Amino acid sequence: MNAMSNVILKITNLKTHFFTRRGVVKAVDGVDFELRRGECLCLVGESGCGKTVTALSILGLIDSPPGRIVDGEVRYDNLDLVKCSARQLRQIRGKEIAMVFQEAQSALNPVLTVGDQIIEQMKIHLPMEHREARNRALSLLEEMGVPSVERVMSSYPHQLSGGMKQRALIAMSLTCDPQILIADEPTTAVDVTIKAQILDIFRDLKAKRQMSLVFITHDLAVVAEIGDRAVVIYGGKNIESAPVSEIIGSPKHPYTAGLIGCLPDISQTTDRLASIPGNTPSPIDLPQGCSFHPRCSKVMEVCSQREPAQIAISQEHQVSCHLNQ
Amino acid sequence: MMSHELLDVRDLKKYYPVTAGFLSRHIGDIKAVDGVSFHVREHEILGLVGESGCGKSTLGRTILRLEEPTSGEVLHRGTDIAKLGKRELRELRKEMQIILQDPDASLDPRMTVGDSICEPLTIHNIGDEKERTERVAELMEQVGLEAAQATHHPHEFSGGQKQRVGIARALAINPKLIIADEPVSALDVSIQAQILNLMMDIQQEFGLAYLFIAHDLSVIKHMAHRVAVMYLGKIAELASKPELFQNPLHPYTEALLSAVPSVKPKGKERILLHGDVPSPLNPPPGCHFHPRCHRVLPSCSRKEPELAEISQGHFVACHLCDAGDL
Repeated sequence: MNAMSNVILKITNLKTHFFTRRGVVKAVDGVDFELRRGECLCLVGESGCGKTVTALSILGLIDSPPGRIVDGEVRYDNLDLVKCSARQLRQIRGKEIAMVFQEAQSALNPVLTVGDQIIEQMKIHLPMEHREARNRALSLLEEMGVPSVERVMSSYPHQLSGGMKQRALIAMSLTCDPQILIADEPTTAVDVTIKAQILDIFRDLKAKRQMSLVFITHDLAVVAEIGDRAVVIYGGKNIESAPVSEIIGSPKHPYTAGLIGCLPDISQTTDRLASIPGNTPSPIDLPQGCSFHPRCSKVMEVCSQREPAQIAISQEHQVSCHLNQ
Repeated sequence: MMSHELLDVRDLKKYYPVTAGFLSRHIGDIKAVDGVSFHVREHEILGLVGESGCGKSTLGRTILRLEEPTSGEVLHRGTDIAKLGKRELRELRKEMQIILQDPDASLDPRMTVGDSICEPLTIHNIGDEKERTERVAELMEQVGLEAAQATHHPHEFSGGQKQRVGIARALAINPKLIIADEPVSALDVSIQAQILNLMMDIQQEFGLAYLFIAHDLSVIKHMAHRVAVMYLGKIAELASKPELFQNPLHPYTEALLSAVPSVKPKGKERILLHGDVPSPLNPPPGCHFHPRCHRVLPSCSRKEPELAEISQGHFVACHLCDAGDL
């Protein structure tokens, strides 16, 4: 099979800007990646780098005004989602491409029971009797490893623990058997033992349902555990993309290398962590040239003058850095 | 050995009463900290790790008497903090300071950061106006800020810089012990490394002792000399760092260690714990961990295990260890 037909979602030069009184916030400013069938693609970056806005742009969930997709293409199944009407998008969102939002607490409606929220979603997209929908909700929760499903169905979000809410959210996203699941930091606010359980659920989704996953996280250790390929985002642009083993084993961009170096890791002992000096740049005022250059340990003269082009180191490994030009 | 112990916590308990109904009937206690004993030596970093709700923050706050203990002793160089009067307590706070998790919430948004750092000096009446200003400038440089930023307000700083301000404030009166309550969990990874390095540097430079509270075992492994693992208000295991990470004896520690994601996945079988941490209002009988334990024995639901010293400096509260069945 050739590689192209395997691509289920292709994002090209996506730019989402927010037009505020203080200026133009270039939250996403040129992101490219493709998602292949049945793989787990991780979007990695620190807060404010544009990973969540990328996900919201794919689903057409950017509030406008102030936000607007100013350029780029999101190709899914011969459709460009950027150009789709609101009505077409509603057909796709939740049904074909579903999303698990960050912070389960605020993503769930506090005045509806978990069961009602799962069933509501099914009734919008599928012609289903209430009873049928309810049974499906129960079996989805069971698949998520929820004990005493009946009780969870009739609980309100505040009555559930963080891990349980996260499971309910994942169950909800699966109601229509979507082709693509986008998960935004699903393991961030939970404890380490629960994190391991949630990661297992995603592994199962990939193995049993052949789901194509976009997994957004800031945690490279999580990427190493679950990802097939990873895209590292900085200042609204992807700066490096490669298979996970290469990203971690031989990162080519100094930022990627820095991120790996500054991670205290359980499997090794270091006296001192490598650190990246300075702070993440504000998307309202990105540095000239390569947006990482003020923090880069290998900065050259050209870095502040010209933006590096994306080059392919191998077929699977792209990087945007003057060092590799 | 006694003289090297900066802090000695003995059977410390902090219960929060739970009331219900019109007459506020007492229906039970949340046993946030339920009989915890350990000590911190001078110049030592003791890591305290546990999942959310296990009582690690309450323990830190109770040691400083920001929460009144229900019972037990907190000995600071032999003096029981729990019994001190207001004035003596204030004197003692010069020796012990806290760094809080959320730098946004722990700095007064209306005060300049210089004033925030200076506040402990004012409270303890140290130096005159000029000396204090000099000290603030010195502190800000020590934590990697510019002295000129003293007149700025917290909103002008990034998260990492605010945490630096929090550290400078804790250092202001030259404490010997700092309780760091999740100091890096609100920060981005690249910033987290900066703050961890800074905390290591000042620990060595000033010979500080830390009680370093965190939920992230990778961070604890990087920082601590000894590690205590807490579960539902009790210490499950306490040992030196190499011992705990190489030879964990409590099944909970084992499971925690195996659950930590790593950039170099171990290929080891993962012990997946089932269920959530139970409510501290109604903990399971016997060993609190037994409903989630993968090596549970029949006796675990009946009798609570005591924290016992299994080998030199390695304490475990588990029936597997009493039985000698490892």
